[in-house]
Amino acid sequence: MLDSLLSLLPQILFEGLLLGFVYAMIALGYTMVYGVLELINFAHSEIFMIGAVAGVEIFRSLSNIIHNGYLLLLVAIVVGGLVSGLVAIAMERFAYRPLRRRGTTNRLVPLITAVGVSFVLQDLVRLIEALWHNEFFLRMASVSDLEGSVTVLGIFIQYKSIVVIVVSLAMLAGLNLLVNKTRLGTAIRTVAQDMDTARLMGINPDRVVSSTFFIGGSLGGVAGVLFALQYTTISPYSGFLPGIKAFTAAVLGGIGNIPGAMVGGLVLGELETLAGTYLPTLTNGTIGTEYKDIIAFLVLILLLLFRPQGLLGQIVKEKV
Amino acid sequence: MKKYILVLVALTACLTFAQAQTIKIATQSPLSGGSGALGEQIKLGAQLAVEEAQPRFQKLGFKLELAAYDDQANPDTGVANANRIINDADIIGVVGHYNSGVAIPSSEVYARVNLVMVSPANTNPRITDRNMPDVNRICGRDDVQGPAGAEFAVKELKAKKIFVIHDKTAYGQGLAENFKARAIELGASVPNNAFVGTEEKSNFIPLITQILAYKPDLIYFGGIYDQIGAFAKQLNERGIKTPIMGGDGLDSSDYVRLAGPAAAANTYYTTVAGPVSVFPKAKAFVDSFKVKTGKTAEGFAVYAYDCANVILSATEAAIKSSGGKAPTRDAVTKAVRAVKLDGLTGSIEFDGKGDIKVANYYVLKVDASGDWGKNAILKTVAVPAPKLPAK
Repeated sequence: MLDSLLSLLPQILFEGLLLGFVYAMIALGYTMVYGVLELINFAHSEIFMIGAVAGVEIFRSLSNIIHNGYLLLLVAIVVGGLVSGLVAIAMERFAYRPLRRRGTTNRLVPLITAVGVSFVLQDLVRLIEALWHNEFFLRMASVSDLEGSVTVLGIFIQYKSIVVIVVSLAMLAGLNLLVNKTRLGTAIRTVAQDMDTARLMGINPDRVVSSTFFIGGSLGGVAGVLFALQYTTISPYSGFLPGIKAFTAAVLGGIGNIPGAMVGGLVLGELETLAGTYLPTLTNGTIGTEYKDIIAFLVLILLLLFRPQGLLGQIVKEKV
Repeated sequence: MKKYILVLVALTACLTFAQAQTIKIATQSPLSGGSGALGEQIKLGAQLAVEEAQPRFQKLGFKLELAAYDDQANPDTGVANANRIINDADIIGVVGHYNSGVAIPSSEVYARVNLVMVSPANTNPRITDRNMPDVNRICGRDDVQGPAGAEFAVKELKAKKIFVIHDKTAYGQGLAENFKARAIELGASVPNNAFVGTEEKSNFIPLITQILAYKPDLIYFGGIYDQIGAFAKQLNERGIKTPIMGGDGLDSSDYVRLAGPAAAANTYYTTVAGPVSVFPKAKAFVDSFKVKTGKTAEGFAVYAYDCANVILSATEAAIKSSGGKAPTRDAVTKAVRAVKLDGLTGSIEFDGKGDIKVANYYVLKVDASGDWGKNAILKTVAVPAPKLPAK
């Protein structure tokens, strides 16, 4: 069995890559918000889930109207990204900004708020879906032209997997351009460095923070749509595990560092898939597939012991 | 003045009505969350039985009510509900649960006040093997169901290499282990690395890759339909046509919704709750279920209806033997063990530890049309409940 598993290695690496891109896109939301506010926005996993649910609902309601699967997916991605982005803005406006206004300096306060927002959003989605369709597990409708497949170099690839990779690459490249080449990007980096000085330079920090939440949130939303497309079943609690793993990816890559989040996501996706596939065979069933998450976190702990700033992170000097 | 008298009369009428003592039957099943669709069937089945019995109980001078609890398929919630149930003195019996992992700890709570529980769906052997006086079930057991599935898999489907997955719950893992043991006895191979547990609900790719490498003739999944549905869908998308087999956890039309008819069609399952179509007597029940709830009754609704009727007839017996007084929980619990009821699902009688004396086990194949009612029954066996293992 090990031989045939080894011959499947390219396939496993490809699946890991897919998962890694999804993690990378979610991780960006964590990392961007952390970069600007030094806040770990735990409710980001719910932003991701809301994107997935929006995608499922678009597929459900429009698959009879739009017959081209790619067009349908485009609509789902745009709507999913928009909905998630707007929820993220609302979350910032009503939950985090009031805390900032009051000058709360304790880091724990917004963190607890984030956990609370996370619960509220989960149960809100659960309530809405229960009233709307009376469903808990939502299934992404199958669209035949996305389900086709090709085999390249012995790797079984579904068209939708290619879409996942292309869309995430485009989003990641777009984000890099946005952050490094535009005025908004410069403003975001400025606010990240020093909010008060940025204000003196004529930048409205609240608006920049809102934009950051919108960008991070819509990336998370798009990742949600792609996740639902790839793994087909979504529930109001589906965000938790991918969210916590993407957070891990962000820490792994160096939190606050955008390329780091991408690298961290890919590393984590590969690690998880490899461990999940090979562990039972290598240990003769003693350590089952379910330990894949533990392996990923174990690697994180080990890495942080030797490189506390993460793979690509820099040691940040205390702000004065 | 006339008006006042009228109001007074109405008030007195209300008071006398309120004075009729209330008796409640509780249901505990997941009404929300992943297995909510099935848990609701259990609640509605019991509700119909209660509604039908209300006139009978009114004649005896009691007001009969249903108290539905949502255990969320979560042991903690089940136990918390159980504590509320035993503190409501009007409740004289519980119909439930759906998940064995919830039923086992919750029944420990009922036992504190000797409150009777009759289960329509819990198949883990430990439910009754604890030999508790108040715990009963009218369905079969996993130590018969798992092996029955294994016999069908090895003898009829000619499976030699089997990949076994379970969901790490008391139900799923127990069923999978019972299946595996019998399959190996019959000559099939299930090596250690082809017996895996997972709580994963969305990303089954690492498992599917192992299946690609192992190339089994059959995949056995001890778990609940919400998880197996997503698994079957991803398996099918990757072009793997290996048939899937599962236990009664698969027995819900929601499986087809989650997996899609194409992926679901290649699925076999054993169940302890026969489909509605095998019970000719259930016809009237199915019709009134449709009228009253607007939903289609599935197997577990019929079983829950019978469970409620077991408790109700035991209650009536207890009322009679106490000369019309309100029944005590002890009396009802004792009377349940003496019940001989010709229910919709067949004759119901319990053995000393609370198992139904003879339980039916069914092997079905999911119909390609996706219509759950059309699933073909491939095999039916009636097996007497196993005796308690000697200590």
